[in-house]
Parts: sequence; structure tokens; C-alpha cells
Amino acid sequence: MTVTADGPLPSTPYDVAVVGAGVVGCAVARELARHPRLRIALVEAQDDVGQGTSKANTAILHTGFDATRGTLEARLVREGYQRLSAYAAETGIPVERVGALLVAWDEEQLAALPGLAAKAGRNGCHDTVLLGPGELYAREPHLGPGALGALHVPGESILCPWTTTLAYATQAVRAGTDLHLDTPVRAVERTADGHRLTTGRGILHARHLVNAAGLHADTLDRALGHEDFTVTPRRGQLLVYDKLARPLVRHILLPVPTALGKGVLVAPTVYGNVLLGPTAEDLHDRRATETTADGLAALRDQGRRILPALLDEEVTAVYAGLRAATEHEDYRITAHPGQAYVTVGGIRSTGLTASLAIAAHVTGLLAGTGLDPGPVRELEPVAMPNLGEAFPRPHQRPDLIAADPEYGTLVCHCERVSRGEIRDALAGPVPPRTLEGLRRRTRARAGRCQGFYCGAAVRDLFERGRSAAEPKGDRA
Amino acid sequence: MTAARRVDVLVVGAGPAGLAAAARLALAGAGRVEVLEREARPGGVPRTCAHGGFGTWTRPLTGPGYARLLTEAAERAGATLRTGVTALDWAAAGPVLTVVGPGGPETVEARAVVLATGARERPRTARLVPGTRPAGVYTTGELQRAVHLFGQHIGTRAVVAGAEEVSYAAAGTLRAAGAEVVALVTEHPSAQAGPARAQAARLRHGIPLLTGTTVTELLGHGRLSGVRVRHRDGRTAVLACDTVVFTGDFVPDHELARRGGLAMDPGTRGPAVDGSAHTSRPGVFAAGNLLHAVEPAGTAAREGARAGRAVLDHLAGAPWPDPGVPVVVSEPLRWIAPNRVTPAARPGGHVLRTGVPLPHPVLYVRQDGRLLHRRRLGPGTAHPNRTLTLPAHWHDRVDPEGGEVRVSTD
Repeated sequence: MTVTADGPLPSTPYDVAVVGAGVVGCAVARELARHPRLRIALVEAQDDVGQGTSKANTAILHTGFDATRGTLEARLVREGYQRLSAYAAETGIPVERVGALLVAWDEEQLAALPGLAAKAGRNGCHDTVLLGPGELYAREPHLGPGALGALHVPGESILCPWTTTLAYATQAVRAGTDLHLDTPVRAVERTADGHRLTTGRGILHARHLVNAAGLHADTLDRALGHEDFTVTPRRGQLLVYDKLARPLVRHILLPVPTALGKGVLVAPTVYGNVLLGPTAEDLHDRRATETTADGLAALRDQGRRILPALLDEEVTAVYAGLRAATEHEDYRITAHPGQAYVTVGGIRSTGLTASLAIAAHVTGLLAGTGLDPGPVRELEPVAMPNLGEAFPRPHQRPDLIAADPEYGTLVCHCERVSRGEIRDALAGPVPPRTLEGLRRRTRARAGRCQGFYCGAAVRDLFERGRSAAEPKGDRA
Repeated sequence: MTAARRVDVLVVGAGPAGLAAAARLALAGAGRVEVLEREARPGGVPRTCAHGGFGTWTRPLTGPGYARLLTEAAERAGATLRTGVTALDWAAAGPVLTVVGPGGPETVEARAVVLATGARERPRTARLVPGTRPAGVYTTGELQRAVHLFGQHIGTRAVVAGAEEVSYAAAGTLRAAGAEVVALVTEHPSAQAGPARAQAARLRHGIPLLTGTTVTELLGHGRLSGVRVRHRDGRTAVLACDTVVFTGDFVPDHELARRGGLAMDPGTRGPAVDGSAHTSRPGVFAAGNLLHAVEPAGTAAREGARAGRAVLDHLAGAPWPDPGVPVVVSEPLRWIAPNRVTPAARPGGHVLRTGVPLPHPVLYVRQDGRLLHRRRLGPGTAHPNRTLTLPAHWHDRVDPEGGEVRVSTD
């Protein structure tokens, strides 16, 4: 098992280098890792997996009910939904099938619902139901006044995006993939037998290349001579409300898309919070993950109409993510056989749902670029720590605490994270390198106090755990 | 298997209020009195305040010294302190709490429960301060623990958001940790701490105070590189710093109160209580900064002891009081506690807060338009974030069948 973040890169060429360890890159690496004969490198510019779009999204497992028919996205979302649902159940990724309600607030939106139901049917979602106001308010009693009706999409689900990405990376690394963090790719050249990547940590050779660079996928694509698409980062700011708000909402409350654009959603999270967002701002700066006063004010205005009582609750977290929007209406997944190269670009907010299907699709395309994957095997299953409220957390399991009292020793009180869970995360195959990374793996410091009580104690455990693990990491 | 236990009184939280309540109860022979503390050590917030200002005139103490004093008093009185044990929620029926600790999950049934879960500062997120999410962003609570309990490195240049007592304490902690305090920033027109303290910071330590100013954005990727501030007149500036501490703006830690279905007060955001710490739920009392975020530790301790007396009456069979008449405030007042008037439970007095500075304020207490009491606060200006008090002798004039009692400044 190899995860590196410094020192020289191996000089022997890899069979495949996957650039970008977001949810898509990790899924591709995991899929390739099923082929034991392949040497795979997963190359990431940042200090952790899932650090771009994958960490800051709306955390929804989409049925694809509203996808544009005939697109690759529609097919991969639909297929990915099935695959990820099964995978989540198998690996312990928290998923809750809460269902979505597309709430109509005016006559125009109400009139659009039957069409959306028909579209859902064409996309294979045959279980949608139109609800009148009475039924809608019975399902969502805290909804603001004035809703006229809704379309119920029972299959829409919420899940943990961090655990998903980490599960893929963990399986890939365990199966022999080399994960190279803090390794930004600066240039790429074709060589006689593949690619020569110039990175922030030196040269890396690979026979085949997968571009899963997310917000930077167009830059890498251009370096290989393609002018297929341009990424325009679309910023989504989100507010995460206190867990005490969770009883206010039962479904994912989606806006009805109209000519005037999309509104915002209100959704429960698997951690037991309530999410309000996102904004949709087209930007040029690919690092502009800051929130703005205007953005947050606009979200609160819209949230006040959808779920007025939500605004009385405390805000636990505020964040912004950038979606890799392009000028095209579909994913830009393209094989370039002459270059032994596959572009996986334009993966928008649906990428989390589609990730496993994208991975299977890309592996097929790689074979078309001359990659002989060799024999295939099933990967060792992985059991991820549960961060979801709908499933027993370690502190709720007498058996676990009896075997190891560290699981009964809570450090982060708001999120009820035990010392045992923090210890396990630090000793994991893809360990966190920052407190933020630890937060995504355990929820430590992610609660309403944001570290007021536990911040220093968590930092202490992190620093001691890291220094204990350091010598091993250096040798790896 | 979840273990089940019974005690006479279960106190949640071993801060000043909880420890004082437990000491009083144990001393009075209330039976088995148990205090649950989720942290590894008892003492609450004072434990992390490595500065003076605690104790009494005759016996001044530091925060940790005061925490020790209260802890020893509770233990000597015979209360059981269980640290590292978290009260998670209420069981389906009765005054029963589900708790967990290294010994595993258990339920604890009690004849009376005292909630003394305290308060915390709103973090940057809850204050909706926009910007990036860099490292180097603290509340005073986290800062003090980092420095005084763990000796952690903080940073080199720090901005303190706030200019009340706790903000100056944060500035002191930053200096003790070797950081330069670039400025204190407050939206208000002046500091809300004692003039001696404010002047010492400015003159002796050269820390500028930026009044009429708010932190409007955090800057920097990875590590904080600065904060953008805006003055009331519209001017903006960037203060270069690698650390920012958001101080004050306390909110009660009311999760357990709300999960227990207690009636909450919209002003304090803590449980609504009468003058003897009775909440809306029979058998459940509340004390300390859960009721008023925040008052000094001594106030919380006195209140805990007072709640202890009410618990004793309850254990002796006193009937649970009716909900009583609500006491509410009008803007610019923010909250008042206690906030229920019941005939049997007159408090020693009320504490309240204003949202803006009030020069020469006069408080009016009315019920259904009828003036019950008029009181001049003074002399001078009443500042936000500072304790204002109102005596309670007007409770006699409250009509128990009447409408809410309203406290206003006009």
C-alpha cells in the first residue's frame, strides 16, 4: 500500500496514470485496480483525495429523472445510481432514500410538473407521483405558505460524498494503486511508449493517461492538443444548518426548473444537518471557493420562503464548491486512441452519482486505446466507518465499546466522535494530512461548536497520531 | 446491552452552576447526586481561563483555581462526579437520560435533573462571515484550550473580533502564546469592557481598537492571510494576519434542553425558567449560562446553588409550578432571564442585555399596558454584552391570569 506526498516519484513507468483524485479519478483508479497486472498511479495536486468539486457539493444520489435523454450523462447517471446504491450498501457508505419533492410555488411551475413526470418516466423513473397541496403539506408540514403542489421522486437519495471518494481510494490503494498526493501535473509530453508527466515532484512516466482533473481538465486536455471544451467554474455556496433543524424537513426539496433558471434546494444530510443552496455563479477563477455576503444573503432569502423555521436555527457550516461546467450540455468523455489517452471532462454535479459508471465506461475506452488490462478479479471489500445518523455510530454500539472503550470516549461532542474513530482514521490506508482531512473522515470539529470545545483536543490527537505515523510515511 | 441506573439527582454539566447545585444538594442530603461531565475534567469554562477575576474580593482566584475550588466542594459534599461521560438524549419516558462513556452506553433515571450545559461562542460560520475556509480561525474557547491546556502554537499576527471582557481575555491569551495582536475590532462605538482593561490593552500593549468596524471577509487559502474589515462609513481595509479569534456572541448549549421538549425562550435561546430554575418539564431544572449566555462564573454558581434549593423542595414533594407569565423584552433589549413569573418562585433579580449602547437608560415593566415598575439604570451608558440587572419585587404586582410582562426602554 503506497500513499506518498513528498520525495521522488518512482522512475519505472506506470501502465496507467490517472490525473485527479476526485470522486471520478478515484473511481477510475479503483476500477482499474481490479486488474492485478496493471501498475496504476493516481496523481493528485492537492494534499488529499476529493479536494475539489467532490468535497463541496449537495451530496445527492440522483436518479437522473430530469436528465436530457440520449446524453451520455443520462445513461451514466442512471447506471451509476444503481451501481453506487449497491456499492454503498456493501461498503457502509451512509445513504438515505429520503426522496425528493419538486415544489411548485407558482402556476408556471405547477404547469411544468406533469411534463417533468413524463420526462422522469422516459428516464426510467416510473414511480414519481404528483401531489396536491394537501398531500404536500402533510408530507412537509414546515414548508412555507403558498406551495401549490409537488412532484414526488421517491428514489432521490442523500449520501456521504467524502466516504464515497475515500472508499474508492482505499480500495484502489489496497489493491496496489500508488496514490501520489501534492503532485501537481505541470506539463505532459508524448514519448515513444507513452507519456512523460512533469509534476511538482519530478517526472512520472505512464503508458496510458486518464485526465480526471476536474476544474483543470481542459488545461490538461489542451496540453495534449485538444480544443474540445473550456471549464467555466460554477460556484455553489451552501449553508449547513444545525442538527436541531433536521426534524423540519423530510425530503430533498428541489426547485422546479423554469426559464428563469434554477432555484435552491433544501435537503437533509446523512449527518443529520439541513443543507440550503447552492448558488450558481459562473466565474473564471478556479480557486474562488470563498463564500460572499451577497451569496449567503440570497440563499437565506430563498430558504426563508421554502422553510421559514430553518432560518431561526444556527448555521453550523458555510462552504462553496466549484462545479466543472463547460459550454456543452453533456459530459466530455473522449478516447484518443492515437495518444493512449482518455479525457474525462465536464463532469458536473452529477459526477458523484455517476462515478462508478464513468469508471466502467472509461476502462472500456482505455482498452480501445490499446491498453491490455489482463485478467480481472474482485476487489477485497472495504468497510468504511459510518458517519451517518441513520445507522449506528460507534458510540451507540455497546459491543464495540466493550471491546474497546476508546469508542465510548467522545472527543468531538457535537458530532459525537470518539477517540477510537480518530485513531482509526489516522491509521487508515489513506490517512488525513490535515485537520480538514480528519474532519471529512470522522466529522471531528464539523459540528455546531466548530472546535470551541474539541478543537484543541482534536488537533492534539491529530498531531500526535501524525508524528507517530510519520517515519513510516517517509519510507513508503 | 445498555446498563440502567437510578440516582436521586442527575446534574448535567460540571461547570460552576452544575458543581454548585451538586454541592448544595449533596450537603443537604438529597441522596445520590451525580454530575455528568463530557470533558475529561470537571470545572467547565473557568478551567480554561488562566487569568484572575474569579473567586471573591477576599479570596481572588484564577479560573483554574476557581474550578478546583468548586470541584472539591462538590466532591467533599458527597456528590459523584463522572467525567468523560456524555448525556446524549432523553429516553422515551420519564426523566431518564441516555448517556455514554468508556464504560459503554447506559440509561440514568433520576427523580430530578438539573441541566447546566453552559454556553459557547458562535463560531465564524454561525456569524455568517464570508470568505475562504483557512486554518487559523478560532473562538476564544478553542484558543484558550489550545494555549492553556495543550500548549499549542497559534500564530504570529492575530486579529480579535469583539471588544468585550472575553475579547480582552483572548488578546491576553494570544500575547501569552507569543502572537502579536494586530487589533481588536468591534461594530460598536466603544469597547464593552471595563475602561481600565480597555485602556491597558491600548496604552500598555499598544493594541489598537477599531470601533464601528466589522470583519467582512476571511482571506487566504490553506492558512489565513488576512481579514477584510469595513468601517461604518463604508471604508474597507485588509488587516494582514494569520489568526483571527471570534470572541463573545455566546449562545446556550441547549441541545439536551430542546431534545427534552422544554419550552424555550426566544430571547435567550435557553429553556424558559421561573425564578427557581423550574423549566416547563416537571422534574427538570436548569441553571447557569444555559439560561443567559453569558454571565460571570460566580453568577452561574450562585444560581446553581439556588436551583439546588428548588430541587430539594421538589424532592420533598412540592408541586411543580404552573408555566407562569412570560417575561419578554422589546428592542433594543435582547433578552431577559429568568423569563417566567410564578407566584411561588420569585428570583433574586433578573439579568438582561441590550443590543445597542443606551445612554441613561430607563427600563419600564408593563403587563397588558399597566406599568408595574420603572427603573433608571445608571449612571452612564448601558453597553451591549454587559450585564444589566433588574430587581424582582414587582413580581407581586403581576396578574397571574394576565398577559405577558414586557420590559422595554420606553
